[in-house]
Amino acid sequence: MSLTVAVLIAGVAALALKLIGYLLPERWLRAPRALRIADLLTVALLAALVVVQTVGDGQALAVDARLPALGVAALLLWRRAPFLVVVIAAAAVAALLRGLGWAA
Amino acid sequence: MIVMRSSERTATTVSPATSEAERRARRDGLAVALATSSYGISFGALAVASGLSVPQTCLLSLLMFTGGSQFAFVGVIASGGVSAAGSAIASATLLGVRNTVYGMRMAPIVGPGRWRRLAAAQVTIDESAAVALAQSAPTARRVGFWVTGLGVFAGWNLMTLCGALAGDVLGDPRQYGLDAAAAAAFLALLWPRLRGREPLAVGAGAAVVAAAVTPVLTPGLPILLAGAVAVIVGLLWPPQQPGRETAVAT
Repeated sequence: MSLTVAVLIAGVAALALKLIGYLLPERWLRAPRALRIADLLTVALLAALVVVQTVGDGQALAVDARLPALGVAALLLWRRAPFLVVVIAAAAVAALLRGLGWAA
Repeated sequence: MIVMRSSERTATTVSPATSEAERRARRDGLAVALATSSYGISFGALAVASGLSVPQTCLLSLLMFTGGSQFAFVGVIASGGVSAAGSAIASATLLGVRNTVYGMRMAPIVGPGRWRRLAAAQVTIDESAAVALAQSAPTARRVGFWVTGLGVFAGWNLMTLCGALAGDVLGDPRQYGLDAAAAAAFLALLWPRLRGREPLAVGAGAAVVAAAVTPVLTPGLPILLAGAVAVIVGLLWPPQQPGRETAVAT
């Protein structure tokens, strides 16, 4: 599968999911179990993505400059910093540690 | 004459309280749109660093248009390349399931009309749903939804293009810490959802599962497996009710 085809499939799937919400009968909103699973699914996927992006290296685990950068990001989030500040600070920490040769 | 009549009508049918609520909704929407759009630039740069071309990056923002899923898609491509495309599609799609729930909540606010609903569906995201639901008057909800949704759509796609063009000339993304920026982006998306014991437990469990299976599964699959954990927890464990936790624990 080419990357463009993958982008198209994933894009159309995302739009379809949004449209389904407008087509489903409103009473489905009162199905607490489905709503709860949708919430927990989002949390689980994001948590897994944090881990894989921080210590994943292809099919191996690796501790490098990303881990201290994530620590700084967590600290900033705890201090209620805005999204862009958090992301830029994490990039800066990792870039600095690599520039100084303190971390891979 | 016509202009006169329409302004007269506006003056008589819209009460001062309603128009004030609509103004507030518009202000909220524009503020959220500005803040959200600005990090489209980090998405654009990350996507190009992950191996997408500038047109592919812009296509993703235009078509998919839901930040978490977009970051997930390029994150999986970054770790597994084109051969992980199936997992990238699945991760992004599962992360977009919450937009179905938003769509159900927004349908009565948006109202009928096939084309209007199609346009509304495309701009149904965390931000537009949140601003709409934060308003109390029905007309203010509608204003908040459209101003936020269309504002983020315009800004996010523009900033994606800027970020993609910048990322294209930057070179090695690791040198600028862009890989760490991706991790921080996911943490920032996750952070506001970690209120309460249950999301914390599921998040921690998913993190452990993802780390444990990363060495044995192809890139992308650990994320899907962690998602399966959440579905199993949601199906098997009864929802926790306040004051009943000790009874449930036995």
